[in-house]
Amino acid sequence: MAELTHIPTWAECQAQGRLPEVLFWVGCAGSFDDRAKKITKAFAKLLQSSQVSFAVLGAEESCTGDPAKRAGNEFLFQMQALMNIEVLNGYGVGKIVTTCPHCFNTLKNEYPDLGGRYEVMHHTQFLKDLMTSGRLKVEGGHFRGKKITYHDPCYLGRANGEYEAPRVLLSALEMELTEMKRCKSKGLCCGAGGAQMFKEPEKGHKDINIERTEEALSTGSAMIATGCPFCNTMMTDGVKNDPQERSTPVMDIAELIAQAADL
Amino acid sequence: MNSGLIFSQLMFFLLLTAGIGLFAYRIRQLIAMIKLGRPIGHVSDKKQRWANVFRIALGQSKMVKRPVSGLLHVVVYLGFVIINIEVIEIIIDGLFGTHRVFSSIGPVYGVLIGIFEVFALLVLVAVIVFWLRRNVVKIKRFWHPEMQGWPKQDADLILYFEMVLMSLFLVMNATDVVFQQAANGNWVSAHLYPFFASQSPGVLHGIERTAWWLHIGGILVFLNYLYFSKHLHILLAFPNVYFGSVRPKGQLPNLASVTKEVRLMMDPSADPYAAPAEGAEPEKFGASDVTDLTQVQLLNAFTCTECGRCTSECPAHQTGKLLSPRKIMMDTRDRLVALGAQKQSKGPSIPDQKQLLDGYISREELWACTTCNACVEACPVSIDPMSIILSMRQYLVMEQSAAPNELNNTMSNIENNGAPWPFNQQDRGNWINES
Repeated sequence: MAELTHIPTWAECQAQGRLPEVLFWVGCAGSFDDRAKKITKAFAKLLQSSQVSFAVLGAEESCTGDPAKRAGNEFLFQMQALMNIEVLNGYGVGKIVTTCPHCFNTLKNEYPDLGGRYEVMHHTQFLKDLMTSGRLKVEGGHFRGKKITYHDPCYLGRANGEYEAPRVLLSALEMELTEMKRCKSKGLCCGAGGAQMFKEPEKGHKDINIERTEEALSTGSAMIATGCPFCNTMMTDGVKNDPQERSTPVMDIAELIAQAADL
Repeated sequence: MNSGLIFSQLMFFLLLTAGIGLFAYRIRQLIAMIKLGRPIGHVSDKKQRWANVFRIALGQSKMVKRPVSGLLHVVVYLGFVIINIEVIEIIIDGLFGTHRVFSSIGPVYGVLIGIFEVFALLVLVAVIVFWLRRNVVKIKRFWHPEMQGWPKQDADLILYFEMVLMSLFLVMNATDVVFQQAANGNWVSAHLYPFFASQSPGVLHGIERTAWWLHIGGILVFLNYLYFSKHLHILLAFPNVYFGSVRPKGQLPNLASVTKEVRLMMDPSADPYAAPAEGAEPEKFGASDVTDLTQVQLLNAFTCTECGRCTSECPAHQTGKLLSPRKIMMDTRDRLVALGAQKQSKGPSIPDQKQLLDGYISREELWACTTCNACVEACPVSIDPMSIILSMRQYLVMEQSAAPNELNNTMSNIENNGAPWPFNQQDRGNWINES
């Protein structure tokens, strides 16, 4: 397995007089959550192996404000947004890529109005472009022919209409994609959105992540793919409830590509 | 001209004027209620909006996502639009004492009436299937708690109205001896004629006239019933789709009132002791009642036809939570109607103890939403239940500081260290050097 080489912050690049091609917006989960950090690293490895010049903000990055906004705290959201925009505009950032659909949605759709205009991409869109332009080779490796199902993150799919990029990558991995009945625009939420990630669910007869994981497992897939660190957490928790104890792995698409290439 | 004919023309004129006049009055009431909401300001993207009206409202593109109910609905919708062309003839005949005034145009008339008759039959069949789906098959989304009482009666009444109107149209044609003998367009009614043929010409004429009067009378009654019914969607779906969002579904508008405050707070040159302008009332953030919602959100509420597609797609509802997006829309409408009636009553205004929040919609419902947009995606007429939920959350959090405790922790973490969890912002780049 290849080790990550040094990942510079934007400040370091600026000090060296370099302007990176793209900013990798890591997000809170990607920075702090142990499971999500693996996704962050896998994606960083792919960027490095594709010779993309990128940087992160490091300690200068802060929550986009998505959970605050969806919880109803518009004040906190706009405070966060204006602070982040000040940093991003100060550095002259033009293009942003992120592994979190919530950051993606907020940066892309809600920042322009407040003065933050950037070209924002979800990492699956970015990887797809790298693949089409020949900078990234995506091959199945030991995943070839394996049965997989894909869970659409709401903030990538319904919220922004991106259903294809992740699927194009899965088919390049030569995996056998088995769709759930509720997929694409009819995809069922994992239960984390709208700040639900950070609170106990209301009273009901089932948790949403269990309902969704059961559906994913019922496809008989060996793996569950997704493109969101929060969906990943929710589905990973759900898998633990599998009565057949299959411990089906829940993987981000970036991790699959990196592992297939033995990075 | 005989006096009986003049009398019936006069009666028709009065009936028509009363029916349309009362309807116009109801529409004005409706507009007045919608205007209780916040104005939406400039409407941009007109081209995209018209395209949506053609595709989603006229073209029913989202209705057919569920093929069975979708196709049945297209039949009823097309039937409604097409058969109503016949109403033009009925009105002219009624006012001028003519009989089938357009029949003089010859074979084309026969084709038109023939098509109307076929649609009348198709609508009758579709409406019966709708009734069976509701009352015999008992499809789940029609039997939720919010559908008990008036909503259930309303849904059935609409179907009965349509069954009766379509039957009257066919009976009217079947008992019109001259029309049957001309055999020009009696494609369906010709098969009903044998049931009536044994009657004397006088009786037949009597049945024909009765059916004719009941048909047009029924249409006028139905028109005025709309105001009290979910059936308003046949009119409001069009403006509602026009005013529906043209942004990506994930994009929530940024509150301009908040931007103003936040910019002031972050501006080092702002005077911290500046007094607010004389008489300026501090703006209310979010919504606790219908008057805090936008006019589009209120139009949404009147447009809702309670089909329940939103609720059946809602992850919170599917897992047994209290939240039902359809109920959010129905509650908003019911509250608005109650408030509208209160404002209209001439008597001394009684201070209103009830409001949308807590009086109709509980906090438990509001906090169960995952903002996944499934309800917005599911609505065939571009209603956005999620936006009302978020407006009300904004009121709870920014005006009342009444978020669930865990969320208060999350928010103070974001405020203090820039992440929903209590990690130091300085450690954000630590993953780079962890193996």
